[in-house]
Amino acid sequence: MSITIKEVEHVANLARLQLSEQEQEKFTGQLNSILHLAEKINELSTDDVEPTSHVLDIKNVMRKDEVVPSLPREEALRNAPSNEDGHFKVPPIIE
Amino acid sequence: MSILENSISQIHSLLKNKEIKVSELVQESFGRIEATDNKVQAFLALNQEKAPKRAQQIEQEITELEDAEDLPILAGIPAGIKDNICTMGMPTTCGSRILEGYIPPYSATVMKRLHAAGAVPMGKLNMDEFAMGSSTENSAYQITRNPWNLDYVPGGSSGGSAASVAAGQVVFALGSDTGGSIRQPAAYCGVVGLKPTYGLVSRFGLVAYASSLDQIGPLTRNVEDTADVLQAIAGYDEQDSTSADVTVPNYRDALTGDIKGLKIAVAKEYMGEGIDPQVRAVIQKAIDQLAALGAEIEEVSLPHTEYALASYYLIAPAEASSNLARYDGVKYGIRADGAKDLLDMYKKTRSQGFGEEVKRRIMVGTYALSSGYYDAYYLKAQKVRTLIKQDFDKVFEKYDLIVGPTAPTTAFKIGEKTADPLTMYLNDICTIPINLAGLPAISIPCGFVDGLPVGLQLIGKAFAESTILQASYAYEQATQFYKQRPVL
Repeated sequence: MSITIKEVEHVANLARLQLSEQEQEKFTGQLNSILHLAEKINELSTDDVEPTSHVLDIKNVMRKDEVVPSLPREEALRNAPSNEDGHFKVPPIIE
Repeated sequence: MSILENSISQIHSLLKNKEIKVSELVQESFGRIEATDNKVQAFLALNQEKAPKRAQQIEQEITELEDAEDLPILAGIPAGIKDNICTMGMPTTCGSRILEGYIPPYSATVMKRLHAAGAVPMGKLNMDEFAMGSSTENSAYQITRNPWNLDYVPGGSSGGSAASVAAGQVVFALGSDTGGSIRQPAAYCGVVGLKPTYGLVSRFGLVAYASSLDQIGPLTRNVEDTADVLQAIAGYDEQDSTSADVTVPNYRDALTGDIKGLKIAVAKEYMGEGIDPQVRAVIQKAIDQLAALGAEIEEVSLPHTEYALASYYLIAPAEASSNLARYDGVKYGIRADGAKDLLDMYKKTRSQGFGEEVKRRIMVGTYALSSGYYDAYYLKAQKVRTLIKQDFDKVFEKYDLIVGPTAPTTAFKIGEKTADPLTMYLNDICTIPINLAGLPAISIPCGFVDGLPVGLQLIGKAFAESTILQASYAYEQATQFYKQRPVL
């Protein structure tokens, strides 16, 4: 299977990346090489194998339902590139 | 000799007996950084304002101690911190432009534990952007150099951490290891680097790259120091949902020097084709040394090793593409100018903020997770991961440890592998399987090839860090390679 420049453009859009034409071309070649390497896993039959998404036998962690102090709002907003009236500020979504 | 060249326990004794002061240690560390970092370029930020104050505070605490024996082992010890570990009040950039100017409003659990143990953070250390790389050439800020030869890479992604320890700038450093990012730079820089069992050290406050693989660990100049730092940072943390609720043993108890009867396996897949013959010869000598110390050595097979790289380079980018979705110019870091709407702002910010390697892995991960490819790539890779884990489980039914090289070669020249990402990826072949299985492993200095250090890797069962430390310490004491230092 090989990935086309059109697919690279589509994946970039999904990944919220804007690639220049030069980058699209470069990534098409490189992604093909990486995916070619990845194809190696198809040499193995894994029909009866369970996937391992996590090496530990983990359970959901629930804290006690108690009111505890959280990060103050001004602290949470301090690193934001733009904020106003206690909110993160972003460009308009609708006109 | 600089006081910083001593082991943590030696410095601890000097402090306890009031032969030196913490402020002297901290000054000496800053002095060494000033004298060498123009060459090594390990530090991204220095804790110049707070470290001297912290030193004074610890000095005061030492004065007030009723019993000197109560002094925590890391009290006053200068430490370097990889720049993907959140440090309240200090910058945390992950070596990326996208996080430029970010100052976390909280500290990682490991930082709280180091604080409780009295360590003094000297600053933040350079790394491959978001821990993606094997050379520290992918940092958006600077290229760190190998202290043994400045034309060579220090390894990656914890290259700043390994180089700083090797250069004697700090006594120890923290790094993170997703596919070998503590062990490989430790090998290249001739220091000790331990990747603990997944879940032993809290990841709360570690900026995530691939969450099911990432693990924080120490880089030090000897095994004894590794035991001391691990002791301080290991243990359950309810703030990390992947933290393991296990009893942490006393790691110093393992430093006996005796390994008689220890059953050690040599995986033939780690000693075959692709391993530089000179490196292989050094590793073979190290294995012979372990046998001379009384270990029982046998060859075994880990048959799915050849599939580890493919599995890793699907799973890690998939997790990365998800984890890095949070960098969008809204909550922290930089925001690109001139966006016409919200989506345009996301795209412009991410395209300007991320470097090439990060974009490449996000693209691979997004593709592997996208509709129609999930089962063929991501799910299949997770199944292969099971087979790799089963290989290890089988060997560990009979053996205590597996040994082999940490990396197939010694450090390579700066710029030598940047043009072809695949050749860089191949460099992690000896370390990646261990992360997929979540096991602990260490790299310790075991010799040199053409003046560059070689690392011996010892892999253990889950949570068997003590066994790893036991064998590493015995080998280290018998060979003394750890005492050699680069001249800067």
